[in-house]
Amino acid sequence: MAIMSFIFVFFFFSSLQPILSLYEDQVGLMDWHQQYIGKVKQAVFHTHKTGRKRVVASTEQNIIATLDLRSGEIFWRHVLGPNDVVDGIDIALGKYVITLSSGGSILRAWNLPDGQMVWESSLHGPKHSKSLLLTTNLIIEKDNSLIVFSNGRLNAVSCIDGEVLWKKDFEEESLEVQQVIQPPGSDFIYVVGFAASSQFETYKINAKNGELLKHESTAFSGRFSGEVSLVSSETVAALDSTGSILLTISFHNGKISSQQTPVSNLLEDSPGLAVIIHSSVTGIFAIKTDAATIFIRVIGEGKLEVVEKTNHETVVSDALTISEGQQAFALVQHAGSNIHLTVKPAHDWDSNLLKESIKMDQQRGFVHKVFINNYIRTDRSHGFRALIVMEDHSLLLLQQGAIVWSREDGLASIIDVTTSELPVEKAGVSVAKVELNLFEWLKGHVLKLKGTLMLATPEDIAAIQYMRLKSSEKSKMTRDHNGFRKLLIALTRAGKLFALHTGDGRIVWSHLLQSLHKSESCRQPIGLNLHQWQVPHHHALDENPSVLVVGRCGPSSDALGVLSLVDSYTGKEFSSLRLVHSVAQVIPLPYTDSTEQRLHLLIDADKHAHLYPKTPEAIDIFQSEFSNVYWYSVDDDNGIIKGYALKTKCSGNVADEFCFDSRELWSIVLPSESEKIITTATRKLNEAVHTQAKLIADQDVMYKYISSNLLFVATVAPKASGEIGSVTPEESWLVVYLIDTVTGRVLHRMTHHGSQGPVQAVLSENWVVYHYFNLRAHRYEMSVIEIYDQSRADNKDVWKLVVGNHNLTSPVSSYSRAEVITKSQSYFFTHSLKAIAVTLTVKGITSKQLLIGTIGDQVLALDKRFLDPRRSVNPTQAEREEGIIPLTDSLPIIPQSYITHSLRVEGLQSIITVAAKLESTTLVFAHGLDLFFTHYAPSRTYDSLTEDFSYALLLITIVALVAAIFVTWILSQRKELQDRWR
Amino acid sequence: MAAVTPLLLLLLLSSAPSFSSGSRNAYNINGRVKIPQGLGTKGYALPGRMSNVKVLLNGGQNITFLRPDGYFSFHNIPAGTHLIEVSAIGYFFSPVRVDVSARNPGKVQAALTENRKGLSELVLEPLREEQYYEIREPFSIMSLLKSPMGLMVGFMLAVAFLMPKLVENMDPEEMRRAQEEMRSQGVPSLSSLLPGGAMN
Repeated sequence: MAIMSFIFVFFFFSSLQPILSLYEDQVGLMDWHQQYIGKVKQAVFHTHKTGRKRVVASTEQNIIATLDLRSGEIFWRHVLGPNDVVDGIDIALGKYVITLSSGGSILRAWNLPDGQMVWESSLHGPKHSKSLLLTTNLIIEKDNSLIVFSNGRLNAVSCIDGEVLWKKDFEEESLEVQQVIQPPGSDFIYVVGFAASSQFETYKINAKNGELLKHESTAFSGRFSGEVSLVSSETVAALDSTGSILLTISFHNGKISSQQTPVSNLLEDSPGLAVIIHSSVTGIFAIKTDAATIFIRVIGEGKLEVVEKTNHETVVSDALTISEGQQAFALVQHAGSNIHLTVKPAHDWDSNLLKESIKMDQQRGFVHKVFINNYIRTDRSHGFRALIVMEDHSLLLLQQGAIVWSREDGLASIIDVTTSELPVEKAGVSVAKVELNLFEWLKGHVLKLKGTLMLATPEDIAAIQYMRLKSSEKSKMTRDHNGFRKLLIALTRAGKLFALHTGDGRIVWSHLLQSLHKSESCRQPIGLNLHQWQVPHHHALDENPSVLVVGRCGPSSDALGVLSLVDSYTGKEFSSLRLVHSVAQVIPLPYTDSTEQRLHLLIDADKHAHLYPKTPEAIDIFQSEFSNVYWYSVDDDNGIIKGYALKTKCSGNVADEFCFDSRELWSIVLPSESEKIITTATRKLNEAVHTQAKLIADQDVMYKYISSNLLFVATVAPKASGEIGSVTPEESWLVVYLIDTVTGRVLHRMTHHGSQGPVQAVLSENWVVYHYFNLRAHRYEMSVIEIYDQSRADNKDVWKLVVGNHNLTSPVSSYSRAEVITKSQSYFFTHSLKAIAVTLTVKGITSKQLLIGTIGDQVLALDKRFLDPRRSVNPTQAEREEGIIPLTDSLPIIPQSYITHSLRVEGLQSIITVAAKLESTTLVFAHGLDLFFTHYAPSRTYDSLTEDFSYALLLITIVALVAAIFVTWILSQRKELQDRWR
Repeated sequence: MAAVTPLLLLLLLSSAPSFSSGSRNAYNINGRVKIPQGLGTKGYALPGRMSNVKVLLNGGQNITFLRPDGYFSFHNIPAGTHLIEVSAIGYFFSPVRVDVSARNPGKVQAALTENRKGLSELVLEPLREEQYYEIREPFSIMSLLKSPMGLMVGFMLAVAFLMPKLVENMDPEEMRRAQEEMRSQGVPSLSSLLPGGAMN
């Protein structure tokens, strides 16, 4: 009894501690955070001054960042808006980073050391055009100025405050400005372009005031195409639209003279269609054909000479001025597993300033871009460093023939994530490098105890913190009892697969997928999603688990599909398939074969179903479940939702026994003039529900309607599908549906008048939570719909249970038309949402929390109890005991329940929850540009000791208790002796 | 909560007209984010830097940043009702409803959506600070005693020192009977387990 009361007291006290959130010293214990910038588009070095050397980069993900040139770490970084594409960057005055973005309409200056925005100006113009940014050392009215050409207008902007000093419009309708050139040391600017594709135009403009000095134009017989390459400050090279004639045009002093050279004159064999590569090397330009890259030198008056023809993948950097009048540029070429970096002076092709060969990981693919920078060696010679961007979007710095640092920036664009278990720890094989011995273990705990007793010195605290963060336990390469250690397998946009360890976020392996590699037959491969192909746990334990990567050869849904199977322990791609059909949908079936390969059904654009793996065993298993396979498709454009079942084997001319025809079972056609589908949500396939019954106040029972075939669909008025503020509340509405996807039955339909999207929704168990914008209140709202099975409601009669007259054992089926009732409630919510998810535990016992990705790129945990339709303003006593929270009009935001604490997951895209083996804990992975991973226990870790648990205190207590026993025993003996003497 | 009241007062006091300019159907929204000095010094070390503050229009459709003095502007915004949100780590900002009027250009109306307070000028201030971490309670004897271990020791001490007192008051006859009963049931008593217990 004492023990019982003891345990009771124990739980009572331990439950009083309000730990849902973190203490500051627990940061990094369960979580990790990685920052990326994405694929670099343009890079500018800043190495002139003493002090920290930096590189400023803009990326395809609209990021502007500065990195430490020594280590590749991010100094600062800004994520611009989705439409705010960076057109150009540069450094001005040696202290400002200048960015031109949004199609040349926004010019910003950032302070180089700390990333503070200094000024912002908005540039407009008469028409849409190419945007060009040119930093000059021109001084206009005592200000250093920038020359910006955008939207058909030339602007001179002050570097100091962003003020426009003068502007000049180029309103001629057909004029396409190609280059803005400032010959060095002059105070005029050339604006060069094509008019009506066949006329070459030059404008000479006074840089001081924007006055037009001279305008010349010459007509050509052919038409121009694409870019021009600047050969010198007064000569450009261009190609005509057939790609067969090279033009060199010089406009010295405004006088245009040109020279036409057929490409075939320079090359013996016909090269096919050529394009000019944009580069800025004086005297040399490059053209690229299907087979080769050709470097051409301009000698004197328009005479051309081929200097080199390379058949390898070759990348050229922009020119770099290394000393007075001397330019250099870099070339990167592939040769086997090495890359060759060559730096050449612009005036002399045959000599090399630098030639290095660097071993490169094959998994990084080809070099896509190179940027060079020079430094002066101690012996006054020039040294060069090169920043290269690889096919997998990674960024590397090369210096002195070695890779100084590399960044895996491919991880900034994750498409899909799945998890894989780690290998089981085998007896006798120690996987961790250093197992702690007992003494160290004890020492650690004594230190910890000192920490809790506030006796620790600052060094001790640092040691404790280090010990906690660097625990070898969490980064082992084996499975653990709690299921915390897993591999996160991520597919990136570059077609590379990464495996990250959940313990510390390190990359275990990475693999550039062959199937998603650009090739003749597959020109634009894109990855679609990842599925668990083989998860051995009962049979086939000696096999490694594997994942299925599904992709297609183009952006349209009828492009042919590609499949890859990748071993999740080693990252080896053991099978790669080019499909003969398209992939519109992938359905993992709940059946596995004898080697635990999961059966997958791939639906193509013509609604044929293809079964994978293509084995006779799979078809046997599938035949027996043939009539139980249903699926649905959502056609957003036409507003049609359709349900399908399998019919027969394909009737096509090719006999394929793994192909099946489908038949349409039902369809829901939404009126296109009033409703447009914007969001759908379904339950997670692997979600476990512990119980169907929900005990409510007064010992009453409600039965949750739990069906894995539930589909949530949200539609808005077509007018209101745009941005916020584009419609009035009267002409916008939001309609939500709950649909059974087997029968097509609409279980629930509800309209929110005066509301609009975007809608973020999550469906779990028997409820759906969705977030939308209420135009009337001009606030965001979140609504919850819970759905209950009414046909089981009369089972609560005890007599029926006793007599056996109940239907509790009848299976839940979509065929039986269950009577359902729904309950719903809405609340205000402060923030915009980027993503929403729900915690997932292994058995579904632990109460649920919503994980909300807010507009500030933080992840907020919100208890599902706040979104309970049974909340009322004044709950009864019984309801209060049940845990119903009194109704408030808005949902609370408790800062301590941000699971990302003081971090931001920049560019948040999605939140993935994975169940750990420990029932109380869910693993949360949030990704966008950054990656964030943590363990989260929605109802605290009730089933294991927390990390804070002090074993030393326990030992001391036991010792104290034993000592007390002995003391009392001695005392009692002495007393007894005295009693006997008496 | 005490910190919030002076903030709101500040909002009401500032009454300079907010301005917006534009051409055709595109307008500019100009405003200012003001993080009062003194806030952000308590608690954990906030970055407190203006460079990490983002201003978002209509759920992230446009994003802009603050100048050193806290001013921001959105360019080329169509007339209508918009929503501005401020994202700053460590502070809670209410979203602001902004009406850009097409009829009389240059007029911008703003109101906080959280408390429906109108703003005469587009100056955004945090409603409150956000503390992301629990604060560790300083060490105290009470917390040690309340911990399971402390309770265990306490309980043991109570048994060791209070139980004999109870036993003392018991009738010796009754005591012997109880002991015999226990022995016959075979429940090992504490005294029999200990060395020397046999002496009884």
